[in-house]
Amino acid sequence: MSSQFDELKRQVMESQVWQSIFRHGYEDTPRNRILMVSGNVWLHLHPSKVRKHATRLRFTWCMGGITFLMYLVTVVTGVYLMFYYRPVAEYAYADIKYLEFDMPFGMLMRNMHRWAAHGMVIAVWLHMFRVFMTGSYKPPREFNWVVGVLLLVLTLLLSFTGYLLPWDQLAIWAVSVGSNMGRATPLLGYEGPFNEVLGVNPIYDARAFLFGGGEIGAHTLLRFYILHCIFIPLVTSLFLAVHFWRIRRDGFSGPAL
Amino acid sequence: MAEMGSAATRVEVTLKKATGPGDDKVHTWPNLVRAEFLCTLFVMIFLLLWSLLVDAPLEEPADPGRTPNPSKAPWYFLGLQEILVFFDPWHAGVVAPTFIIMGLMVIPYIDINPKGNGYYTFQERKYEIITFIFGFHVLWISTIIIGTFVRGPGWNWFWPWEVWDAHLVEALTNQDLPYLVGIRDYWTAAVFGLSLIIGFFVLGTAAMYWWVVWLKGREFMQRWGAARFFLTSFLTLNMIAVVIKMLLRHILNVKYILVTPWINV
Repeated sequence: MSSQFDELKRQVMESQVWQSIFRHGYEDTPRNRILMVSGNVWLHLHPSKVRKHATRLRFTWCMGGITFLMYLVTVVTGVYLMFYYRPVAEYAYADIKYLEFDMPFGMLMRNMHRWAAHGMVIAVWLHMFRVFMTGSYKPPREFNWVVGVLLLVLTLLLSFTGYLLPWDQLAIWAVSVGSNMGRATPLLGYEGPFNEVLGVNPIYDARAFLFGGGEIGAHTLLRFYILHCIFIPLVTSLFLAVHFWRIRRDGFSGPAL
Repeated sequence: MAEMGSAATRVEVTLKKATGPGDDKVHTWPNLVRAEFLCTLFVMIFLLLWSLLVDAPLEEPADPGRTPNPSKAPWYFLGLQEILVFFDPWHAGVVAPTFIIMGLMVIPYIDINPKGNGYYTFQERKYEIITFIFGFHVLWISTIIIGTFVRGPGWNWFWPWEVWDAHLVEALTNQDLPYLVGIRDYWTAAVFGLSLIIGFFVLGTAAMYWWVVWLKGREFMQRWGAARFFLTSFLTLNMIAVVIKMLLRHILNVKYILVTPWINV
């Protein structure tokens, strides 16, 4: 019986179909270890060999990876939420209620989306702290730190724009308080210093640009929805690609050999 | 974390021979991939349990006509909302965040210390680490904690064990610094405030110059260059200024240092 099974296994694994999908064996050989990484589009983010310290948690804290993981969690759960949510002032709040009480796993998806978003802010901060403490921004990695700061700002903006979408009291007032700073922008905000130079007014200034109107309202909801679900994720993905690519080119930082 | 069974050890020996002495590289698969996989597993289990146990908040429907007291920004912006106590909105909400972002971005360019690249060390980069921890942890995180946990109605200070009293009357005893030192004339006050601020930055920059020269020597200062020095001292003095303004407000009830028809600082 077992010989028949082995024969079947051999036939399957030597078939053209199998070999076209899996291009190397699984035995633990140096060649397979390298192919496992270099032959896989996702793992290929990594070089096939890394210095020993870079695999240790006490060096990396794994915080960059956790930040990216949180980003992926919000993307996946966010798509689920988008199926049930309409960014219209009349519907938005009711849709969240439906989502919480009627949709299978709706509450869980919303909880995971929200907590992963908070987790991403915390993880990106800890990642930045770790990178500072190991001096990993030093040459030749200076510019990747700058890209990282941009990604921190984008993370905060992603979280901030998402804050408005439940369209409850917490949402509009937190976003109002945050966005009200816009009207105090020097020159560009109608309450900012030197506002008379450019003649800005409450319906035509920096905050109105952010809100899509003079006050927070239905137009703001649509604007933040598009920023949250399409524009900022796209920009973030572009900068993530640059961030990862530069790590790949420069290698992980580490003490001189 | 990175050690595998005996098979892995055997492979590692042959690798070292193949890549020359001093190279401590190991295979990404399984060494790094396994660490990442375990991390993912633990974080996902934690996130799932947390999401099962704690529901995301949802309050009553949005009502633009009813402002809650206090109205708080999302927690990660509460550091900025907290410094609104000490600075006007154009300063706390626009200029300060810009300085924070720009200041973070220029770190790799103003830090020319070649040591401590890729490993943990305090001894080899004391001043960089102290400055970063001061700005990042002391200023940023502590203001977030204050904004989140001890600010109640009217943005008044309530300790976590105190009851939020929405009708608490806080005596408005704030005064401007020129008034406090006895200046009553409008223009004298403006000139006094402006000279204090300019004086702070000029004397601060000079003090920082002599301190760096005393600490590191003239040779270092030349290597560091004027652009890096002025950028560093400007950003550092701004961080110190925030602390000074906080202390002035908390201890002496000072609202503004400089008062003009256009801007107040």
